[in-house]
Amino acid sequence: MLIASRQLQGCVILDISGDIDLAHSPEMRKVLLGEIKGKHTLKLFLNLKNVRYIDSSGIASLVEGLKASRDNGSRLILFGLSPSVREVMELSRLQKIFEIYDTEEQALSS
Amino acid sequence: MASSLRLGNMPNLPGATEMGGRVRASKLKGKGDNKAASKRAELLLRLQLESNPEALCLVRATLQSASEVLHFPESDSRAIVRSVDEALANVVRHAYSGRAGLPIEITCRRLWGETPASEPRGLEIVLEDSGAAADPKKLRGRSLQEVRPGGLGLHFIKASMDVVEFSRKNGKNLLRMVKYLAPSKPEEKLGGE
Repeated sequence: MLIASRQLQGCVILDISGDIDLAHSPEMRKVLLGEIKGKHTLKLFLNLKNVRYIDSSGIASLVEGLKASRDNGSRLILFGLSPSVREVMELSRLQKIFEIYDTEEQALSS
Repeated sequence: MASSLRLGNMPNLPGATEMGGRVRASKLKGKGDNKAASKRAELLLRLQLESNPEALCLVRATLQSASEVLHFPESDSRAIVRSVDEALANVVRHAYSGRAGLPIEITCRRLWGETPASEPRGLEIVLEDSGAAADPKKLRGRSLQEVRPGGLGLHFIKASMDVVEFSRKNGKNLLRMVKYLAPSKPEEKLGGE
């Protein structure tokens, strides 16, 4: 798994690629919470276009990030979910809990 | 990280080291029992690995190939991969309390129908570990009404597979999962004509 960070229109976008599984979800959790709690990023976007797989530990990290962003009064926004990631979101019944958009353009204009 | 891979007669998978023979399958139980129980099963592959999270990606790749060889639709292949991955993660995190280097064995068998001419009916996967016995209360999973981290792995497995059975035998935890193939349509048998 790789995480690259970029700033656009005053927001932070994390481009995540690879598999978010038991071996890698702790790293994603650390980066997410670092942005939300440490840097107080008000609008954090996760680009999941190149995430091939996410497991329940990855979903747990996203939920932690969402809770932290709500506590902070900030927003955590996901976009570009692959069928595999979308399926897991639906299985978890979290697709309506998260802000999810198909494309980066749609997410940025939200 | 030690691991070994034994494959049955799956010529499309590289590295075959051992041919598998057909063996008698145990009687099927669970929510898939409305379908007739398979009388025959054929060893496809046996994986021996250690409780290292880094090994999970190798297992996912192997199961992905195996399910494709068996002609599972894409969504069913993802379901199989997800279930085995979540089950392995549970073994690493709970049965072995996060300790690395402890043994896990995965056995995959192709299930066949009643007669020699019948088509393959599905895939049986058995995970075996020597960790602590699972708490039956924790095997029920949790309500999804509550939005909180954790406790989703077992829900994913139950939602993705047709049969899920836990048992404990000779000091080992056994998790047996089955995914059935949808029966092929007549035109598919004729090569889509």
